[in-house]
Amino acid sequence: MLENLFVGIADWLRSLLGGLGTPVEINEAIVMLVKLVAILVFILINALWLVYMERKVAAYMQARIGPNRVGPKGLLQTTADIGKLISKEIVIPGKADKVVFLLAPVLIFVPTLMVFAVIPFGKNMAAIDMNIGVFYLLAIASLSTLFFWMGGWASNSKYSLIGSMRVVAQMVSYELPLVLGLLGVIMIAGSLKMSDIIAAQEHTWFIFTQPIAFLIYFTAAVAETNRCPFDLVEGESEIIAGPYTEYGGMAFAMFFLAEYANIMVICAMATIMFLGGWHAPFGLDFIPSWVWFFLKMYALIFVVMQLRWTYPRIRVDQLMGFSWKVLVPLALANIFITGIGMKIYQAIGW
Amino acid sequence: MLRTQEYFLNFGPQHPSTHGVFQIILTLDGERIVKAEPVCGYLHRGIEKLAESRTYTQVIPYTDRMDYLAAMLQNLGYVQAVEKLMGIEVPERAEYLRIISGELSRLASHLLATGVYALDIGGFTGFLLCFRERERVMDLLEELTGSRMTLSYARIGGVADDAPEGWLDKVKKLMDDMPGYIDEYNGLITGNEIFQARTKFVGQLTPETAINYSLSGPVLRASGVNYDLRKVRPYGIYDRFDFEVPLGENGDCFDRFYCRVREMQQSVRIIQQAIEQIKEVDGPVIAKVPKVLKPPKSDVYHEIESAKGIIGYYVVSDGSNKPYRVHVRRPSFINLGYLDEMLRGYLIADVVAILGSIDIVLGEVDC
Repeated sequence: MLENLFVGIADWLRSLLGGLGTPVEINEAIVMLVKLVAILVFILINALWLVYMERKVAAYMQARIGPNRVGPKGLLQTTADIGKLISKEIVIPGKADKVVFLLAPVLIFVPTLMVFAVIPFGKNMAAIDMNIGVFYLLAIASLSTLFFWMGGWASNSKYSLIGSMRVVAQMVSYELPLVLGLLGVIMIAGSLKMSDIIAAQEHTWFIFTQPIAFLIYFTAAVAETNRCPFDLVEGESEIIAGPYTEYGGMAFAMFFLAEYANIMVICAMATIMFLGGWHAPFGLDFIPSWVWFFLKMYALIFVVMQLRWTYPRIRVDQLMGFSWKVLVPLALANIFITGIGMKIYQAIGW
Repeated sequence: MLRTQEYFLNFGPQHPSTHGVFQIILTLDGERIVKAEPVCGYLHRGIEKLAESRTYTQVIPYTDRMDYLAAMLQNLGYVQAVEKLMGIEVPERAEYLRIISGELSRLASHLLATGVYALDIGGFTGFLLCFRERERVMDLLEELTGSRMTLSYARIGGVADDAPEGWLDKVKKLMDDMPGYIDEYNGLITGNEIFQARTKFVGQLTPETAINYSLSGPVLRASGVNYDLRKVRPYGIYDRFDFEVPLGENGDCFDRFYCRVREMQQSVRIIQQAIEQIKEVDGPVIAKVPKVLKPPKSDVYHEIESAKGIIGYYVVSDGSNKPYRVHVRRPSFINLGYLDEMLRGYLIADVVAILGSIDIVLGEVDC
């Protein structure tokens, strides 16, 4: 029952529409629309919840209590914050490029939302199961660089400019180890389709066969989302807030929420590629697959948050050096070893 | 050949990492610093001039407002200068209370420096952990003096009041806990790989330059110069305590940071000894001084080891009840002298690391 909760809702909707006598194509389109809206709502609410979670995790790590006034256990704190930010005036700096300046915080959400279309949250629970799912996700996700750059450039502030130059340098450098890290998994699974990759992990998760790839992916992914210890982009003690320096009110909140949505993307991706997606470990099948998916995803998000509240920030030259001198060669070596290993296995006929 | 252009960046006065209203006009080539021009004076209140129209006692609260993070040490420097000028003998018990509250102030200042330095480098948790203990120190100082930051506890000839009942036991309790806390900082901040990568061999100072630029305090000692006034020229009763002077080797940001951490351990040692010794000392906490202070016509210079470095007070008396001139040698200001050359060739992120490691407080820089 619970296992097929969401699939069941979709089927029920389909049969309901089928009873109306409208053409099948239109029915399918409506179901698709409902699915996408559901995902959008889910992401936005989840981003709010993640902000709350971050603040709580930080508070407990720092011997504090954290938000506890608005709503039960402070759960409505971020909602109240967003309400406040919406009501604020959007200040546009005098010499800013108005159109681009206002467009950037709107567009920043686009790639993030688009990638969620292919993520399978449970058994048969992807909006679209594309045959080049992984490729699509990586391609779309890397688009967000452009919008950070837009915001930073249009602000016409030196701090924003330095920040957005850092974004471009950092994202381009870390895209490479990210993709190369995933390549090991794709080689073993032999497919770019998300469902195939998850199916290939039914017995062994790829984190056990590809541990180095997991570490490379996870490090690069944390850097991709500009999280600590790679948060040079917004490094508040150096360049105030990087590309967001000149933004206020909801425009700032959009960047902020996009960051959390991005964390969700990278952790969902890590779950799919390395932690067996929605597969239940130890044969604990009675728990629905989507619960497993979220458990794994949130465990990873928790790790990302812990990293942030433990480590200081690294410097820009060290950041570049780490990517090009450590992660990229390591990822290439991993691909090489994976290739040899696969050949040996084939030769043995295992 | 690609033609590049240098540009200016106003680093401050409204910037989270300049530790107050301090401005550095950076000339940058990309992210690399070509030239740095420190601009101070945004917090200038003319304390030295104000002192000229106040009586000797009334100057004490002004000294608080300089290095408000270690206010007791600022008080102490001034009152000891005036005592030297007038030849006043301070009672034993007052001397011990001065040591305890002074070292607590130093502890508070170093805790803040340690925590804020972690924040400068990007680690937020270290900052709040240091503040947790600083809060305890602040509570103790509040109980003793009635104020958290601007203590004004020292008086010419002694201290304002004796310690309240049970206060010394509370201090002792904190001092027993402190080594554990310091281990925690070492685990979270000092030992961190990224922290060390960011601070080691950054902003190095040779002993010669440090001496030539008349730097003092942990900044000087991190370069390996063994010069702590508490040891070299003990003032008050510092010669009765057994403690070490932590020294650095490379004179880099890490050594300056770590010197402070180890100085905290030494402060704890001094306070523990002082608490043991004060038990046997009873009596008044302030000497018999006349109501109206009229020092003889002369001048005096007295310096002590403050949390930031050597703070010196030059007091000139014309025989009236107000000082003719008060000049303060402020360590934060003098330690900033070498900033420009220290920053050249480093990246923007290092500006924060280097400035933070000097540990300035703007109230003192601008006076």
